Amino acid sequence: MHDLEKIFDQKIDNEVKIEPKDWMPDAYRKTNIRQVSQHAHSEIVGMLPEGAWISRAPSLKRKAILIAKVQDEAGHGLYLYSACETLGITREETINDLHSGKAKYSSIFNYPTKTWADIGAIGWLVDGAAIMNQVMLTRTSFGPYARAMVRICKEESFHQRQGFEILLVLSKGSDEQKAMCQDAIDRWWWPSLMMFGPHDSESTNSEQSMKWKIKRKTNDELRQNFVDMCAEQVKVLGMKIPDDKLKWNEERMHYDFGEINWDEFWNVVKGNGPCNKERLDARKKAWDEGEWVRKAAAAFAEKRKASPNPSKGGALEAA
Amino acid sequence: MKTFIKKYYYGDIPDDKAGGNELKDSKTPPSGGRGADWPLWEVFIRSKQGLDHKHVGSLHATDAQMAIENARDVYTRRMEGVSIWVVESKYIHASNPEEAGELFEPAVDKIYRHPTFYDLPDEVNQM
Repeated sequence: MHDLEKIFDQKIDNEVKIEPKDWMPDAYRKTNIRQVSQHAHSEIVGMLPEGAWISRAPSLKRKAILIAKVQDEAGHGLYLYSACETLGITREETINDLHSGKAKYSSIFNYPTKTWADIGAIGWLVDGAAIMNQVMLTRTSFGPYARAMVRICKEESFHQRQGFEILLVLSKGSDEQKAMCQDAIDRWWWPSLMMFGPHDSESTNSEQSMKWKIKRKTNDELRQNFVDMCAEQVKVLGMKIPDDKLKWNEERMHYDFGEINWDEFWNVVKGNGPCNKERLDARKKAWDEGEWVRKAAAAFAEKRKASPNPSKGGALEAA
Repeated sequence: MKTFIKKYYYGDIPDDKAGGNELKDSKTPPSGGRGADWPLWEVFIRSKQGLDHKHVGSLHATDAQMAIENARDVYTRRMEGVSIWVVESKYIHASNPEEAGELFEPAVDKIYRHPTFYDLPDEVNQM
């Protein structure tokens, strides 16, 4: 093992962050690119199921809140794309991998948002699961990824709170609203558990990721923490989690819970979820239809460079 | 005199010196035709009057004005900024991390630069 790798391993052992121009094993670079880019893709694709309800939010306040949340997701995607870029891959290649199907994104976004209550369930459960994962990742070994996570975590808390609040309001409403609330929870619970990935024993990337301190807690650990948290929170809603095996275990000091439908998990991961095609089509469409905007912006910048108009205001000032 | 300090431009620390293998740029254009080539900018935000600008990340934009506006949208949604600096990434010059040992060596053995090096009587120790 040559010196550079020894130095790298020492940094990992001593909790010293790895920065973009530091030496790193090729596999470390590649696995970070994979994880950070897929995290970024998840944020951007995640805008789609919620974006669908902006025009149908029940009040102006809810509409403004949902717009702000979706804007945050765009911002989160951008923090992560820029962190990914520091690893030596271009933005174009990263986007291309998403469109070609080579890169994945979180399978949760391949489910449809059927009712307004889904927006609440997503905020509470999906963002809740994301927060659990992201708080863990603020200690990841790659510097730019960790810093992006810190920034994201600060913003994510409002996402979960607004989701829970939506469900809380519904849970105190008419019979119809209560039923809608329970139905959304019923449909989003298991997919949210799937967000934590396969069992540790089936997770091919986990061992190396833990060794390199990219991942700080295992899939099953995080999933257990999430179940414990939600099992308590659901009581405040007066709703039920759709798992008849959910039960407090005094010995383990954790909730026991049922087995995930792994067939469904792998099927959706492989691309056969209810909305996989729709999501990717929407992304490709946005890219294609945005081409004229990118070209126009570039052309305008050229024009402005050629004949600058100093009297025109704008955001610029000599620093 | 031996030159310890070599100037490296951030963008052109050669791949083999940067460590590991940087991935080759993809030659295949993204689906739907070539995206316009927008340069990469580094963003610095001053969060409050009196504080320094801090590096927060990077983004692509066609020119400085767009970079500032995009930086505002990406990095200051919660009033985290009173001032934004953007610099094209290619203009950031950085020291080579592999030569950090040599570069920063002069400071290592000069502990007399620290106040704690000086043992003073109690009456004046709050200096």
